[in-house]
Amino acid sequence: MLESHDWSAIWLTLRLALTVTALLLVMGTPLAWWLANTRSRLRGAVSALVSMPLVLPPTVLGFYLLLLMGPHGFIGRLTQASGLGLLPFTFWGLVVASTFYSMPFVVQPIQNAIEAVGTRPREVAATLRASPWDAFWSVVVPLARPGFLTAAILGFAHTVGEFGVVLMIGGNIPGQTRVVSVQIFDHVEALEYAQAHWLAGGMVAFSFLVLLALYTLNPDSRWRGA
Amino acid sequence: MSEELSIAVRHAFADFSLDVDLRLPGRGVTVLFGHSGSGKTTLLRCVAGLERAPRARIALNGDCWQDDNGHFVPTWQRSVGYVFQEASLFAHLDVRANLAYGMKRALGSAGQDDILRMAQRFGIDPLLSRRPAGLSGGERQRVAIARALLTRPRLLLMDEPLSALDAARKEEILPYLEALHDELDIPVLYVTHQIEEAARLADHLVLMEQGRVTSSGPLDSTLARLDLPLARNQDAGVVIETHVLGHDADWHLTQLGFAGGELWVSERPFPIGRAVRVRILARDVSVAHSAVHDSSIQNRFACTLAGIAPADDPAQCLLALDAGGVPLVARITRRAADQLGLTVGAQVWAQVKAVALLE
Repeated sequence: MLESHDWSAIWLTLRLALTVTALLLVMGTPLAWWLANTRSRLRGAVSALVSMPLVLPPTVLGFYLLLLMGPHGFIGRLTQASGLGLLPFTFWGLVVASTFYSMPFVVQPIQNAIEAVGTRPREVAATLRASPWDAFWSVVVPLARPGFLTAAILGFAHTVGEFGVVLMIGGNIPGQTRVVSVQIFDHVEALEYAQAHWLAGGMVAFSFLVLLALYTLNPDSRWRGA
Repeated sequence: MSEELSIAVRHAFADFSLDVDLRLPGRGVTVLFGHSGSGKTTLLRCVAGLERAPRARIALNGDCWQDDNGHFVPTWQRSVGYVFQEASLFAHLDVRANLAYGMKRALGSAGQDDILRMAQRFGIDPLLSRRPAGLSGGERQRVAIARALLTRPRLLLMDEPLSALDAARKEEILPYLEALHDELDIPVLYVTHQIEEAARLADHLVLMEQGRVTSSGPLDSTLARLDLPLARNQDAGVVIETHVLGHDADWHLTQLGFAGGELWVSERPFPIGRAVRVRILARDVSVAHSAVHDSSIQNRFACTLAGIAPADDPAQCLLALDAGGVPLVARITRRAADQLGLTVGAQVWAQVKAVALLE
């Protein structure tokens, strides 16, 4: 059965995934909006940057984030100067890393949904006296709702499932950075296969339920992300 | 303050350039007429602020929406109603919420009584709780028009509102548009490339070609101008405002009167005095030197020949006729014109073979 270590890993994983999903919805939506609407030449470069985690090995991403957040890195100096200390091997370090890592899974579905809604409903809203901000909330968000739902579910699930980046940034500190995927690794290393089964099986069931929810709640939206 | 809409736009868009300077009446329906690609939709979008031409002046009744000095009122702050070509209802809202959307924002509240009254006026009151996906094309367009009017706009813009509909659906909506024409006291700008719609709805007609205005004037005199390409179309003709004089029950005929005389048409159950707009095609008008009484054509009136112009067909020519101040156009063969010795200023009789009631 699950032990207290396992439960603390599960709890930590959920907290991390929820925090990252919330952050990504808040930050990813303006980014997705910009990507869907801009005619800037930077569009290609920004799209490529956002999508990098899809192709890079998590260890590569983790390695550079570790350097960036370290004492001599850009983010590290920023966090030290603002009195937050250093982020690696902390919960918030995981949050920052996971935010980068799961970014494409949130930005792309939202961007696709906004593009699918198109400019016409916004034009109609404008002729009905809705300001751009008003039109975004009253027309674009409701019409793009399946995309937002997909983004939230994928962002959450992807954060739950990450391993390499966590290990590079967070190490393996119980209650701080030891998430479920790392805990499974530890059990296997220690040949505690029964423990590993409980957690791994739980992850399989969790993933299935998430994807089931995705396809039943969103029957007509084909996710065109990665 | 002058009651008028002035639109001056000069801009090279990606695929064509627009060069327009128009002053339009502050009341009634102005039809922007032209082939697709003539720039009429772009012009309408400029008036709404959906398109921003850097060099433009747009003002309604002295209220400036855009000028050359960078002043630009965004669409949502202009008091316009806009009916788009295709269905533009919000798919996530039912009909009632669609109707309330603009009204809430324009007037601060959505009175259910007003919504119901407007819905009844457009025959959509049974649909209020339906979603747009469950409506026919004609129903959707009626909801869109009602939704625009509920914001109490100072200007109504309609971009080919019937073009996505089949003939039967068009006939379903046209009576509502004709009623609007009679009831609305705001100016309407209506874009179409169907002369039939222009003939039925316009008070004022603007012809556009390749981003330029080739003519702007009252419908009746514009349709009768021989120097415009319009007069050379196969279905060229004039529109006359008449009123019902009486009925002949024995022969099932209705008599219509206008400044130039009387017309008999198949009986219609119209009350006496009612205004009726009729269309007379140039090819259905012939001329004679005297009133011909031994002819099956009984609609005839005395006219002055006001002008002669060549038609596209080298065998034919166009005659501009003046029947008591009302312009008519006739298309006859050049040989007939020559044999009759027609000259400008001559007194002739116009014989009208067919009259279409625009109802």
